Amino acid sequence: MTALRETPLPAQKPRRRKRGLGAPGSGGGRDAWLLVLPALIPVLLFSVYPLVQGLLLGFTDARAGLDAVTSFNGVENYNRLAGNELFWASFRIGLIWAFGVTILQFFASLGLALLLNLDLKFRWLARTLALVPWAMPPVIIAIMWRLMLNPTYGPINESLRTLGLPGDTNWLGDFSTALPAVIVVGVWAGMPQTTITLLAGLQNVPTELHEAASIDGAGTFGRFWHVTLPSLRPIIIAITTLDLIWNFNSFALVYVLTAGGPGGQTMLPMLFAYNEAFRYGNFGYAAAMGNVMVIVIGIFLFFYLRSQARSRLS
Amino acid sequence: MTQAAMPTRLDAKPPTQKRLTSTTRGRRITRPLQYLALLGYIVFLGFPLLFLLSTAFKTPQELQSANPTFLPMAPNFDNFFNAIEKANLIQAAGNSFIVAVSTTIIVTLISLPAAYALARFKTKLRGIATGWILLSQVFPFILIIIPLFLVLKQIGLINSLVGLVLVYTVWSLPFALWMLQGYVAGIPVELEEAGATDGGSKLLILRVIVLPLLAPGLVATSLFTFISSWNEFFFALVLIQDPALQTLPLTLARFVGAEGQVQLGELAAASLLATIPSLVFFAIIQRRLTSGLLSGAVKG
Repeated sequence: MTALRETPLPAQKPRRRKRGLGAPGSGGGRDAWLLVLPALIPVLLFSVYPLVQGLLLGFTDARAGLDAVTSFNGVENYNRLAGNELFWASFRIGLIWAFGVTILQFFASLGLALLLNLDLKFRWLARTLALVPWAMPPVIIAIMWRLMLNPTYGPINESLRTLGLPGDTNWLGDFSTALPAVIVVGVWAGMPQTTITLLAGLQNVPTELHEAASIDGAGTFGRFWHVTLPSLRPIIIAITTLDLIWNFNSFALVYVLTAGGPGGQTMLPMLFAYNEAFRYGNFGYAAAMGNVMVIVIGIFLFFYLRSQARSRLS
Repeated sequence: MTQAAMPTRLDAKPPTQKRLTSTTRGRRITRPLQYLALLGYIVFLGFPLLFLLSTAFKTPQELQSANPTFLPMAPNFDNFFNAIEKANLIQAAGNSFIVAVSTTIIVTLISLPAAYALARFKTKLRGIATGWILLSQVFPFILIIIPLFLVLKQIGLINSLVGLVLVYTVWSLPFALWMLQGYVAGIPVELEEAGATDGGSKLLILRVIVLPLLAPGLVATSLFTFISSWNEFFFALVLIQDPALQTLPLTLARFVGAEGQVQLGELAAASLLATIPSLVFFAIIQRRLTSGLLSGAVKG
């Protein structure tokens, strides 16, 4: 792009630059629709339609089964949900999980990205390792960590025993340790995207800014706080928002690690709704849970993004 | 090209003369700390992988021994052979492969024209598509899967690989579209305009000018779609009940419940085998993927 800009173009060229081939004048709308159509049809049929139907299902008493008759029951599902303590417990767990993983992931990834941005030896090794979880199926990440956390022969307890510490904790089976253990695995699994995005952001921070700041007498921390962080800000907002949504909606990792146990201590809302729908066949009720999840995510995103937009303006 | 560009930018990072002299003293203290932190990350990220690897090569006796060593005493491939024989691993891998390849082909074919349109035509469509791509990330899968389950049941595509391909197609389309339109936007329009001035037809221009330039991006997008489908678990769990149609993640997850001390090695071996395709493809595309993500984010 830059190379092209340097070559002097005829004066009238820049006005047309944004237009594509099939766009004579202001038209091109029909061509665009034709090109999009092959993607649009499956999306409408198998994504938009089910989504709308799913939202509506949340207001019905739909159940699994051949002869089940479905009828609208208004807000009855939500009245029932309001009194369903198990669901709210799961909701609380879901929020702890999503925020816990996202926040820890962010700090761990920021640290790693800052290190990878330095001229250190073995940087390549850390970078490669940081990418591997991205390629691994979540099911296999979960299997691997079940081996790691195995109470009798897992290497974590093994090393604790070697150090003379109590090494018989059943990490995934104990009420108090199950959720923290699962969160650690969540951080491990989700670090690649966050690290690479932050690293790419770091590499785009103009060096001149750093130089100007150090001429003004800013130390390492001062440069990080006043130069690096502000320039990273849009990327930080984007990646933490995405991480939070992904984590809140995640399923496979915890399903294989604990299946929601012990005693529901790691029962994320997605697992709860899955059981409700496909174990007990309460489709309508499960869809209502989905609706509540959407609303909570929506409200959170609204406030988070608005506060970020405001502080950027001020 | 990106491969060459990234390291040079990294190497350009070391600070200028001025900063070097002013911070040399601080550097002597911070450098070891930085290496210590880096080592911490390498252990945290790498140890579980090494442990999986070592478990896969251990004998059952060794796995049960009271004083396990980190490295296998007598490394052997028995676990791999046993795992393949048991638990219809081959069949599951076949299913996964069929589903992932079909999804990749369909997604690539339908997202290519759409991505071109989104990147080149500044119509309302662009706003709508971007909105949908973002929205598709927000909604919990549970909302989509229940009605989808009902619809697929009606048309007889429950418990079928065709149904799974259909679901994977719409599920991986947003991201593929997002990536691909970023790559299209990276190709200067001037090249197409020059082609038009030379009298080339639209199709010819697309084939001769756009497609070759887009090829690396197209490969990256397709491989990423393959990886996503190969790794996917939730939709398969809901839609596939027939053991003969199970994909790899399903088979492995079922393996987990039945694990005893003896089977751990086989479980680890099967897990390794199932990860290899994703890992290999990912190694091919990772540079492009990371740069593509960013260009999509910046230009989108």
